[in-house]
Amino acid sequence: MSEINYLAEILKDLNQHMEGQIQISENQPYTCIKTDEKNLIKLLKRLKQKHGFNYLANLTAVDYQDHFEVVYHIHSVPDNRKIMVKCSISREKAQLPSAVSLWPAADWQEREIYDLMGIKFTGHPNLVRILLPEDFTGHPLRKDYQIKG
Amino acid sequence: MISSEHMTINIGPQHPSTHGGLHVEAVLDGEKIIDTIVHVGYVHRGMEKIAESKTYAQFIPYSSRFDYLASNLPNLGYVQAVEKLMGIKVPERAEYIRVILAELSRIASHQLFIGSLCIDLGATTAMMYCFRDRERIMDMFEMTSGQRLITAYMRIGGVAEDLPEEFYPAVRSFLKDLPAMLKEYDGLIFGNEILQARLKGVGKLSAEDAIAYGVSGSNLRASGVNYDIRKIEPYGIYDRFDFEVPLGQNGDCWDRLMVRVEEIVQSARIIEQALEAMPEGEIKAKVPRVLKAEKGAEVYHRIESSKGELGYYIVSDGTDKPYRMHVRAPSFINLAVLPIISKGGLLQDIIANIATLDPVLGESDR
Amino acid sequence: MALEQDVEILEKNNILVSTLEKLWNWGRSYSFWPLNYGCGCCPIELLAASASRFDIARYGYEVFRAAPRQADLLLVAGPVSQKMKPILERVWAQMPEPKWVLAMGNCATSGGPFKDGYAVLPGCDTLFKVDVYVPGCPPRPEALFHGLLELKKKVGGKK
Repeated sequence: MSEINYLAEILKDLNQHMEGQIQISENQPYTCIKTDEKNLIKLLKRLKQKHGFNYLANLTAVDYQDHFEVVYHIHSVPDNRKIMVKCSISREKAQLPSAVSLWPAADWQEREIYDLMGIKFTGHPNLVRILLPEDFTGHPLRKDYQIKG
Repeated sequence: MISSEHMTINIGPQHPSTHGGLHVEAVLDGEKIIDTIVHVGYVHRGMEKIAESKTYAQFIPYSSRFDYLASNLPNLGYVQAVEKLMGIKVPERAEYIRVILAELSRIASHQLFIGSLCIDLGATTAMMYCFRDRERIMDMFEMTSGQRLITAYMRIGGVAEDLPEEFYPAVRSFLKDLPAMLKEYDGLIFGNEILQARLKGVGKLSAEDAIAYGVSGSNLRASGVNYDIRKIEPYGIYDRFDFEVPLGQNGDCWDRLMVRVEEIVQSARIIEQALEAMPEGEIKAKVPRVLKAEKGAEVYHRIESSKGELGYYIVSDGTDKPYRMHVRAPSFINLAVLPIISKGGLLQDIIANIATLDPVLGESDR
Repeated sequence: MALEQDVEILEKNNILVSTLEKLWNWGRSYSFWPLNYGCGCCPIELLAASASRFDIARYGYEVFRAAPRQADLLLVAGPVSQKMKPILERVWAQMPEPKWVLAMGNCATSGGPFKDGYAVLPGCDTLFKVDVYVPGCPPRPEALFHGLLELKKKVGGKK
């Protein structure tokens, strides 16, 4: 498949550029690159600027109880190469640098993660709640927020 | 001395438009827009949290309530995502039935788009015509699933029931009448000079901005980017159908309208081909009684919904309920581009911009 | 209902209310002016009800007003979310008397399928008194008309 061809080059370059600070797992259809908070923006910048991943399709977060994991699904438009980036952060710190300067599409999605999951994004131009009212307390999508259902 | 200052007015969330609870704060210098601030969240129902306490099959009716204007499409996306997660193969006949209903939903959604665009701009008659024609599709949905609007008709592994006998003449006569309907809209709506003046050259969205902001669907294609998930990354059996992807040139409101009108024609083509090629057979695969996926398995499945790229990100923890379900809502992400396209325009253009971006607030706020 | 109680009190004090009130109520019941309010899937069926097939105009209720000051029927169509709650309260307060509420759909009646979540109020009757409940998810336009006719009976005074 042509996907694997383009990926091999990208992964080789990334391994070199990131000096081993990433872990790669090749699952179809999304190859996953895991990194930590310090190297996240460096990785995302390289993906965007060198490898042409210009379309942030999806940005979300999962609460794994002992840590959070923020997931980026990034595509290139219109030729549809795709890749996934995951970044784990500790529950106590719950903070990541913002990707808004790379993809403006991250603006509202980061606000949603802050609103519902409580993860702060440093460098975000306007990190306020988006789906719930300003005076709402708590972050409902966290696993320790109980609902009746 | 005379001085002037910027005025902020609120549009919504209670306003005479069909887009639900959308609140836009417009900062104006006279009638010229300096800035717009978009507030969403008025239809936030907490569906992603509810998903964590429902089984995969129990969530099917909720998935229809994301995009309620074309409710077969989010339904389709959800069941396909779960099938991908669990490795379930769908029988051929069910795939064809799904395509027919999905494309009918797309036509219904675009017809409502035209009607609501006109009613927002003040042309009430057009809404009557579009709704009259949309009612035929609602009747077809009622024949299949028993419900007009929120059809939770898809199941994990297939569809709920086979198409009834009266469906086929209904859909064939609808397809036969569709060119006449579009000709009527052409004469009544698209040829109208006032509508053209209010839409042409208004709300331009460049291709670079559209891609950078994650805009998808007809809005992206109206800016000239050839990106339709049914072609780029076909899901289900969409690679078997022959259809074109209409593109715009200027990225203005007029292009966003015309791209959707052309998509109605292309959807009708797909339905005709599907009706021709549909085989006999099972309509639902044999699936286990309790649906579970492996612990740690995850999937991101996206479909070309009538609003754009609708994606489901599901993470499983080995139980019969999803551990995390996130819905990548195209309307949520498309709305973020409203300040960019409204800047420098007039107050009335905000209404045209919102209407042509075609947001569904239920999907946007989940 | 408040009106009937007032009449009873007046009658007890030997004051007969003239038939003007009954006449006004009869007139009001034939032409409610609903408010353009909707949030969710139910307003789409409301829109279909006002289109040509189901035609709310044959009952006299097609005059949808955008401004709460000019409306007398609040059709709560759709769930009341956390953010919408103060807006709905304000809109209700802005509507002049006499005014009525019709809760359309399961979400407005009781919170609907989202009742177990954190985001939706368990019914709009937590905010104000509802006159007619129309269940359904979403209710068909015919069901909405049934609800409107029940409201007409309630307001017009017929049994």
